[in-house]
Amino acid sequence: MNFYTDNKDLQFQLQHPLMRKIVELKEKNFADNGKYDYAPADVDDALDSYDKVLEVIGDICANIIAPNAESVDHEGPQVINGRVKYAAGTQQNHDALTQAGLYGLSLPREYGGLNFSMVPYVMAAEIVSRADAGFANIWGLQDCAETIHEFASKEIKERFLPRINKGDTCSMDLTEPDAGSDLQAVMLKAAWNEEKGVWLLNGVKRFITNGDAQIKLVLARSEEGSSDGRGLSYFVYDKADGGVTVRRIENKLGIKGSPTCELVFRDAPAQLVGDRKLGLIKYVMSLMNGARLGVGAQSVGLSEAAYREAWKYAHERAQFGKTIVHFPAVYELLGVIKAKLQASRALLYETSRFVDVYKSYNILAESRKLTPEERAEQKEYQKLADIYTPLLKLFASEYANQNAYDALQIHGGSGFMKEYPVERMYRDARILTIYEGTSQLQVVAAIRGVLTGAYLQKIREYEALPVKAEHEHLRKLLIAMTGQYEQAVQFVKEKNDNEYTDFHARRLVEMAGHIVMGYLLLLDSQTGDDYIQSAAIYITRGQAANAERYTFITNFALDHLSAYSVEG
Amino acid sequence: MKPLKIVVLAKQVPDTRNVGKNAMKEDGTVNRAALPAIFNPEDLHALEQALRLKDRIPGSAVHLLTMGPGRAADIIREGLFRGADGGVLLTDRKFAGADTLATSYALAQAVRKMNPDIILAGRQAIDGDTAQVGPQVAEKLHWPQVTYAEEIISCDGRKVQVKRRLERGVETVAALLPLVITVHGSAPACRPRHAKQLMKYKRAKTLSEFQESGNDAYDSRLPDHLRITEWSVADVGGDESQFGLAGSPTKVKKIENIVFQSKESKRLTASDADMDALIKELMANHTIG
Repeated sequence: MNFYTDNKDLQFQLQHPLMRKIVELKEKNFADNGKYDYAPADVDDALDSYDKVLEVIGDICANIIAPNAESVDHEGPQVINGRVKYAAGTQQNHDALTQAGLYGLSLPREYGGLNFSMVPYVMAAEIVSRADAGFANIWGLQDCAETIHEFASKEIKERFLPRINKGDTCSMDLTEPDAGSDLQAVMLKAAWNEEKGVWLLNGVKRFITNGDAQIKLVLARSEEGSSDGRGLSYFVYDKADGGVTVRRIENKLGIKGSPTCELVFRDAPAQLVGDRKLGLIKYVMSLMNGARLGVGAQSVGLSEAAYREAWKYAHERAQFGKTIVHFPAVYELLGVIKAKLQASRALLYETSRFVDVYKSYNILAESRKLTPEERAEQKEYQKLADIYTPLLKLFASEYANQNAYDALQIHGGSGFMKEYPVERMYRDARILTIYEGTSQLQVVAAIRGVLTGAYLQKIREYEALPVKAEHEHLRKLLIAMTGQYEQAVQFVKEKNDNEYTDFHARRLVEMAGHIVMGYLLLLDSQTGDDYIQSAAIYITRGQAANAERYTFITNFALDHLSAYSVEG
Repeated sequence: MKPLKIVVLAKQVPDTRNVGKNAMKEDGTVNRAALPAIFNPEDLHALEQALRLKDRIPGSAVHLLTMGPGRAADIIREGLFRGADGGVLLTDRKFAGADTLATSYALAQAVRKMNPDIILAGRQAIDGDTAQVGPQVAEKLHWPQVTYAEEIISCDGRKVQVKRRLERGVETVAALLPLVITVHGSAPACRPRHAKQLMKYKRAKTLSEFQESGNDAYDSRLPDHLRITEWSVADVGGDESQFGLAGSPTKVKKIENIVFQSKESKRLTASDADMDALIKELMANHTIG
């Protein structure tokens, strides 16, 4: 079994035409070749390395991590004397990935990383999550290294980054008992200690994933007397320096293998990352975008796992004299799961490519001045990444939940039992629409793309691309959906009322999402042979779903808002 | 401590654990074409023990030694991906058709040239299940041997302590270097391929493979780590009549399909009389002798 080679979608995405540009940017004219014996000599060499390394990940995921998932879910981590002890399977997973050199995938080689671009890194995250969505958190927190690399001083980079590839894990310590979605309310105090020449952190953090990590990024209030986001700075902390204990870990509905910690900081020494006061407004926002892409990958991986469980059960289970997959009520569910899975995957890699291009330009800009064309492209891709990331997080996580729900439903009573892995997936999925920004907060970020016309502009670009004659009817549907979407947006804008816009924001974002993913599936169908079925399902259902939203919005008067208010 | 030179004997075998319908030809011999060729499982356990020794004693190097057709270079590459430093493929028509005696002769000849401090090998290969090659190599080199090893407990550069897995328990023994250790399947599984090693060695080939592929230049520009050493009979030297089919006294008389089933058992005491009777019985029905 191999979770990479058995998934044609991943290999298809890896061959996307934009990958060549992405590799060229990431490898900066292949400057590392000759300097590092594992650096590629050209684009094909790099793509071949992506493929081979993903195969190793697929092997470890299929043969170690997935088989461990059940025992990890049952056993879970524990707190012993203020420290976290992983479940035995979690530790085994971590050790295997460390031994295979699979941490620090996207870090530059000078810090021990593999210098992979975002697309294969996200693929790895998807594959790990398919094996065990809870474990994907521990592996995925290497994202923190990205933030250190992007914003910290050379000294901090040299101290912390080489440890990632050797197996040190990370945590991002943001939330507190009174600061969840509203991170501006963070209270953990950071005070400069002249004598020791370090910042000392004091306070409590709550809901910290993998909170006992060796390397922590901590959001703390460095400006005494301040009360908003501008008084917060970002710090890096080394567990070896002491001062942080784990008070308890949460007992959760799902992702039980991933320790969610309450932490007490007592004079914990830390170093400042980047500039003071930019903690929340710059660094956390950047980290958060990476983390949202990560949850997108985690969601798609979980959808894949749920789909495969459902497919298998539907083909094995016989009732009324035939396997249940032959009943319309079952094959519809299965077809829809697959369509949502492939739609969210298409969006995941489209977003990853956008992130890849602009981040590579950012790094390139450190070593030389970008040309005006390059700068324009950098801005363009950054804008696209900014509007696609919340769309991805919203849709992929909601679909993962719907898919896990339907996959369990296909199992009937058996799905409710612990004997089948689908019940774990159903529980694990639930957090996906909540952490790293709830679905509601993703809508707040994504509605900008609706109101500025940014989604529409990209939709028009998709619309201009050629499709085969036999797919023309699907494009016509998408064009009609786009017209309807424009009208709905116009209708809301004309009300010129913020509360009204907020109220309908999710509907508008969803309408945009259905069109975007409809196009992505349609366009993938032009070169890939396994997408047209999902494209047809997704677009026709999207047409109906958008019509419903359109009807609801255009019949909704401003004063109707009060009907929903349940205050007092 | 002085770094160790470690050689791991490894064999490419048909994957007899996943036997399908076509696994055997009509004449009862193995249909190698229908079975994927894999790294003999216990040899991977031996490789892991070798890599652990290397981790423990800085500067040590692990080289694989395998004998087989050209495609057995896969075994060397697999070892490189998992952390080995190099390897040698013994390949030559004159090596072909070797039984355990001729195989161990060829391996011993190559080992003399490689001059290691320690040889590790899997206890046995899953195609022949003889468990003879490791011990025979030790005999030919006049080195001590420790079989059924589960763990190398210590190594001070002169002496090793090894835990052996026996049928009814474990035994810890010590032996002097140089020596041969054969590793049991109960030893820890081999570590996975390492991403960096994989990228570094993915284009490593033998000279023959370079010539076959045609598009890679096997010249002075090629870094050394991409060259897999290939040795022929002439390279390892020795008595030509002891290699391959010529050096193999094993003759297959007949092949039968045997279905194992438990039958009534017989209980013997440890007395000389019972042993004597058993041996006579086995000789009478041609099980031995």
